[in-house]
Amino acid sequence: MAESSTLAQTIREIVQRHGGMSTRLLQILREVQDHFTWLPPETLDQVAEALGVSPDKVRNVAEFYSFLYTEPRGFYDILFSDNITDRMLGSRELLHYLCERLDMEINTTRADGLVSVGTTSCTGMCDQGPAALVNGYALTRLDKPRLDRIVDLVNSRTPLTEWPREFFEVTSNIRRADILLGRHFADGAALRAVLKRGPEAILEEMVKSGLRGQGGAGFKSAAKWISCRGAPGDVKYVVCNADEGEPGTFKDRVLMQDFADLVFEGMTLCGRVIGARQGFVYLRGEYRYLLEALKATLLRRREVGLLGEAILGDPGFQFDIDIHMGAGAYVCGEESALIESLEGKHGVPRIRPPFPTTHGYLNKPTVVNNVETFAAAAKIAVEGGAWFASRGTAESKGTKLLSLSGDCERPGIYEYPFGVTVRRVLEDCGARDAQGIQMAGPAGHMISARQFDRRICFEDLATGGSFMVFDQSRDILDGIRNFTHFFVHESCGFCTPCRVGTSLMRDLVTKVHTGHGTRADLEEMRKLGRIMQVACHCGLGQTAPNPVLDSLDQFPESWERRLRSTAYEPAFDLNAALEEARRLTGRDDPGAYLSGQDLLIGAMP
Amino acid sequence: MIEPRLKIATCSLAGCFGCHMSLLDLDERLFELADRVELNRSPLTDIKELGECDLGLIEGGVANVENVHVLLEFRARCKILIAMGACALNGGIPAMRNQFTLRECLEESYLRGVGLVNAQIPNDPEIPLLLNQVHPVHEVVKIDYFLPGCPPSADAIWTFVNQLLSGQPIALSYTQIHYD
Amino acid sequence: MSEQPSFTLDGRRIPFRDGQTVMAAALAAGVYIPHLCFNPEFAPHGSCRVCLVKVNGRVQAACTTPAAAGQLVQSEIEELREIRRGILQMLFVEGNHVCPACEKSGACQLQAVAYYVGMLAPHYTHFYPRRSVDASHPEAVIDFNRCILCELCVRASREVDGKNIFAVRGRGINARLVVNTPSGKLGATDFSVGDKAAQVCPTGAILLKHHGYEIPIGQRLYDRKPINVVGDVAQLSESRGGRRHD
Repeated sequence: MAESSTLAQTIREIVQRHGGMSTRLLQILREVQDHFTWLPPETLDQVAEALGVSPDKVRNVAEFYSFLYTEPRGFYDILFSDNITDRMLGSRELLHYLCERLDMEINTTRADGLVSVGTTSCTGMCDQGPAALVNGYALTRLDKPRLDRIVDLVNSRTPLTEWPREFFEVTSNIRRADILLGRHFADGAALRAVLKRGPEAILEEMVKSGLRGQGGAGFKSAAKWISCRGAPGDVKYVVCNADEGEPGTFKDRVLMQDFADLVFEGMTLCGRVIGARQGFVYLRGEYRYLLEALKATLLRRREVGLLGEAILGDPGFQFDIDIHMGAGAYVCGEESALIESLEGKHGVPRIRPPFPTTHGYLNKPTVVNNVETFAAAAKIAVEGGAWFASRGTAESKGTKLLSLSGDCERPGIYEYPFGVTVRRVLEDCGARDAQGIQMAGPAGHMISARQFDRRICFEDLATGGSFMVFDQSRDILDGIRNFTHFFVHESCGFCTPCRVGTSLMRDLVTKVHTGHGTRADLEEMRKLGRIMQVACHCGLGQTAPNPVLDSLDQFPESWERRLRSTAYEPAFDLNAALEEARRLTGRDDPGAYLSGQDLLIGAMP
Repeated sequence: MIEPRLKIATCSLAGCFGCHMSLLDLDERLFELADRVELNRSPLTDIKELGECDLGLIEGGVANVENVHVLLEFRARCKILIAMGACALNGGIPAMRNQFTLRECLEESYLRGVGLVNAQIPNDPEIPLLLNQVHPVHEVVKIDYFLPGCPPSADAIWTFVNQLLSGQPIALSYTQIHYD
Repeated sequence: MSEQPSFTLDGRRIPFRDGQTVMAAALAAGVYIPHLCFNPEFAPHGSCRVCLVKVNGRVQAACTTPAAAGQLVQSEIEELREIRRGILQMLFVEGNHVCPACEKSGACQLQAVAYYVGMLAPHYTHFYPRRSVDASHPEAVIDFNRCILCELCVRASREVDGKNIFAVRGRGINARLVVNTPSGKLGATDFSVGDKAAQVCPTGAILLKHHGYEIPIGQRLYDRKPINVVGDVAQLSESRGGRRHD
């Protein structure tokens, strides 16, 4: 009894800290989980009661996000980043090693309830992996000695705050800087510019700059701002999409870590231009470690008059920023799913139109831009659109931050003017032996050496920034298979072709990758991929087959060398399907097996 | 000159022979069919060895090792293989056991049944070993044509076979396509 | 008064009112576009993707695409039939749809749409998920094996019945229909056969007990005539073999 009233009290306090707002539901559940290590059913009911929402709404959210647990988890929850770049750095072996040392199985919680070990989608530490999360905090540069120490820390129940700080060190690795990262920016300069010249003039500069959405979609940023500014209504919002979930991308992490002021300034500028007083940063859950520093930066900006009431002393200029944490859902990088999540719901992409610029957060006009876009906008306000547009190509102005990882000597962040060739990037990062590049993440495109003279820009290779290098020693299919698993895990499940198609694709790729496929399976992948590309509800499903389709075109030999010479192969392992019956009957006679010769009979054309 | 008759073989895997009953429902049309085709191995003949055939009609899904052998042999010896009926197409009623583990199925049948003496799971080598799940035939071999229905009506079979034999594209009427 | 705006659907002129979708306008003009999660009594959902059409060359869901003057819409073309067939096949392998053992067979919208798009077999590899049947309610049964996640029952219960009995929970391929009670049982809710939620299921997932075989197989709604002629089971009165009881 005492216990349950304490529980209710704890939850009431958490809910109150969030102003009792149901839009904060995801934030509240994160905190409740931090407190209890998972979300027992009674906590969900208490949250529902305290918020005055239906329990089923709370459950929907709790079951949607992969970092929220409705089953018990260990006091230490360790999740290995399962991107292909982590795997290239040996993460699988380390994962097995850790589980062995902790005397437990992967994807389980140890019997004593102390520790859980599993995997998660890319944590955005590709340039300093193998990486993991422990209770949501990023671990980098894992190796066996480090894991040995983690085993000791876990078994001795050492609080996370007492773990060696270097385990959590995240470096920025900026290898090449251009106008965005390389030039000094005086805090407040963009805000002074908008106060001095007015929103219209700033919009003109934005138009002149040609700035396009740096998340990869490439929509003209000025058009978004203008549309939102012109949309009817007094209440408008600015949202910064820092849900950088595309595997292989980490440039927004670096911007939020080293250039948060610039990003916040861009958001505040946008607020002034469109007439919004509230902004949100939607920060992916994997970047939890940044939260305190970002909050401190926001506080400092309020103290120096760059945020909050009467910005720069102008009583008519008020704008503030809240940080909203994600909880492991790649689909929330899609702007309408992100808005749903921001409203405290599960992140299913909305039907569009209407678009967020007229019907966004809480159905109010909303600008959603990528982190890098806001940073660039702040610079444009100060330096001018022409200055920005002097770099880049005809359709892609300015620069682009690339996140380099995989087989190269110098992984990290590279800023280039748009139009740079893939070859140039490979030379700069020390990738001497590249076989192929996964551009723009699994949702992007896989290109082979024949295409290394292509240019990175919206006219040719559009990208949000992910650039993963595979050298000649790699099997391209390892990457492709990893990506198909990623999409199965990240599909929201709303529409049929994505929900079902991602699983079908994974199974087909696995079949071929494990040496059980035929040419018929490759054709099947193409057909399935074409359906998904046009039929899915949002970009996630539409792009999910890209790596498979691209690699079929670009790396046919990688697929073909795995194929059986037969015309057709069963969808499952026939002999393995008899194993259970052999065990149950104890039979071991020849009739209890299917020989290779048996199987060959039916597989011939 | 009389054209050589096409050779047809049929079999029932994990099915109920209902599709074969439907085949017999062709009634007097069977005579016409007999003029044009020669029945090879089939539950309707006494031919034990499957010969080289033009068409193979498969009823039923794949539930055990014998089904696998028969299906593979049909694929090897029939130029065109046709999956006939719901069980061949999606596992049908037998695949409803896929809701349970094989252990649950066997224990329910052989250990917990009423009136069992010396209850045990049979292990005689003569009994075809069960697969852990029942599968439609296309998950094991390449299938050239699918004929749905539980069973497909005699009319549907007649239309289908006629179109196939005369080299026309398969086009069943609305009432000839049903899944039940 | 000026002429009502219109678009072209497979060569036919379809007039529309402002705010109507391609689907709604087509339906009003008596032109069938196959669909499952769409029901004219509810706001469009856009999740099943069966109603894909080509609008000015671009594949879009008819149920969520606003009609616009001069649009060139294609629906009955082989390219789209193939995609629709693929989507139906995905739905069939995702769940456990055993038509011969289903009371809804013959009056099932999922089955009828599959006939309409020319699906002969499920084609893909079956998932055979392990799902349950909930017969705890005295008047109705839920067979989760047959749920296609169209969320019509969810919407009907929330928006029309005001009961909020159903929800879709979980993510990706683990998404599933649940009953909003601690036990997860329909019997523990105030669900009643008169509810809108009892009438809208396009499959045999939500069935009323004691009525399964009132109409013999072979004489059911879609046994003789296709769905584009007959209409949706949820839109037809019981006397016409439908599910609607006004």
